[in-house]
Amino acid sequence: MKYTEDHEWLRPEGDLVVVGITNHASEQLGDVVFVELPDTGKAVSAGDEVCVIESVKAASDIRAPLDGEIVEVNQEIADNPGLVNEDPTGRAWFFKMKLSDPSNLDGLMDEAAYKDLIG
Amino acid sequence: MADLQRTVLHGLHLKHGARMVPFAGYDMPVQYPMGVLKEHLHTRDAAGLFDVSHMGQILLTAKSGRVEDAARALERLVPVDVLGLKEGRQRYAMFTNDAGGILDDLMVANRGDHVFLVVNAACKAADLAHLKAGLPDCDVGLVEGRALLALQGPKAEAALARLVPDVTDLSFMDVAIRQWDTAELWISRSGYTGEDGFEISVPDRFALSLAERLLAMDEVAPIGLGARDSLRLEAGMCLYGHDIDTTTTPVEAGLTWAIQKVRRTGGVREGGFPGSGRILKELAEGPARLRVGLLPEGRAPMREGTDIYAGSDGGAPIGRVTSGGFGPSIEAPMAMAYLPATLAEGDTVYGDVRGRRLPAVIAPMPFHPTSYKR
Repeated sequence: MKYTEDHEWLRPEGDLVVVGITNHASEQLGDVVFVELPDTGKAVSAGDEVCVIESVKAASDIRAPLDGEIVEVNQEIADNPGLVNEDPTGRAWFFKMKLSDPSNLDGLMDEAAYKDLIG
Repeated sequence: MADLQRTVLHGLHLKHGARMVPFAGYDMPVQYPMGVLKEHLHTRDAAGLFDVSHMGQILLTAKSGRVEDAARALERLVPVDVLGLKEGRQRYAMFTNDAGGILDDLMVANRGDHVFLVVNAACKAADLAHLKAGLPDCDVGLVEGRALLALQGPKAEAALARLVPDVTDLSFMDVAIRQWDTAELWISRSGYTGEDGFEISVPDRFALSLAERLLAMDEVAPIGLGARDSLRLEAGMCLYGHDIDTTTTPVEAGLTWAIQKVRRTGGVREGGFPGSGRILKELAEGPARLRVGLLPEGRAPMREGTDIYAGSDGGAPIGRVTSGGFGPSIEAPMAMAYLPATLAEGDTVYGDVRGRRLPAVIAPMPFHPTSYKR
């Protein structure tokens, strides 16, 4: 698993990476009531806003962690946004992407570094 | 965050794992570990306990000693029938300014020989000054040393009656003084959730034990400001500073039900409150804009500040959302907005959510039915 400063996790799966938000992010957001997912096939650059999450408190964005293409989205969380609170690092993945340069993953935080970040 | 005030229940909130936020100068619980959604649903299903000790409790006593004189005096500041309010009864009111705008909204109770007011935390200093300046014939005092709890929900009566059996004879908007142990509780059957329930003013030294006794009951859970907001929004109630303020009149805000006939044109005590010219004219002719409910299609909430348009593209905004969020009980987004009064319930308008115009239908409020004990 790799992590971003925006509290996303990335899990390599074959030649793709699965992206979701961390437990910490899910707790901070509060109860998620709406998720807007990107279109599949969309080319994205690192930092692009690709998803919207609305919790009972506020709206926030999920940014593309790295350059690549969105190849699959998790319709289950659009249908049942509460899953993002129940299982953020499992069933509530957001999208799968094909990285332009898989070696970019190496530049992200590992679990120990992420744990340091959130204290 | 320096200088935030704390209510007498601050430690209890921390003990229950609350996430605290600054609110109106106080460090207040926004949610507990249960989370906003479940706290909301718990209140609708069982009973929720809210610490609202930050709100202002004010006693108004006429120098003559007669409650009618205090009531009559207060009518100089509110467009409401206070004189007709019977002993032991409470009603909703608002302080207006000369332009007809709303300075604050409040509860007014007739307590036999004086009038008791509960005002918003953020406004209490200004309200006190306003009362003192406007009512030289009355003594106006902020109540010190009393906390304020709200116990709300269908099981609130059963819970409170275990401690104070004689609360069951109170009806919606009744107020009474009841003993609990040696404490004098000032209880009203009212609230800010749309549910049956009570607001309980309790001496500081009894507040913690009262809250703990209630929270020890299976049906009672502590509820934070987050759920308080979604509950009141589902109930169609205004939040001062958002849905009503000095730029909105009571008529525009759809609060005409709170302006009784005696204060309207042709009434026995017509006018005589700040901004009466504009407010009475709007009552007669209808306001140009009106606070309405919106039910956005889909699941995306339309938050406060969302611009509303008449069409799906082009044109200038016709209004703006003043409160908006997700309603856990209605399982859908909901909002309030000021829109031209020419629009009607059932009409579709469009809210700009992140650059896209999403449809929303003008809908009656409350969004969730109220269940008061009349």
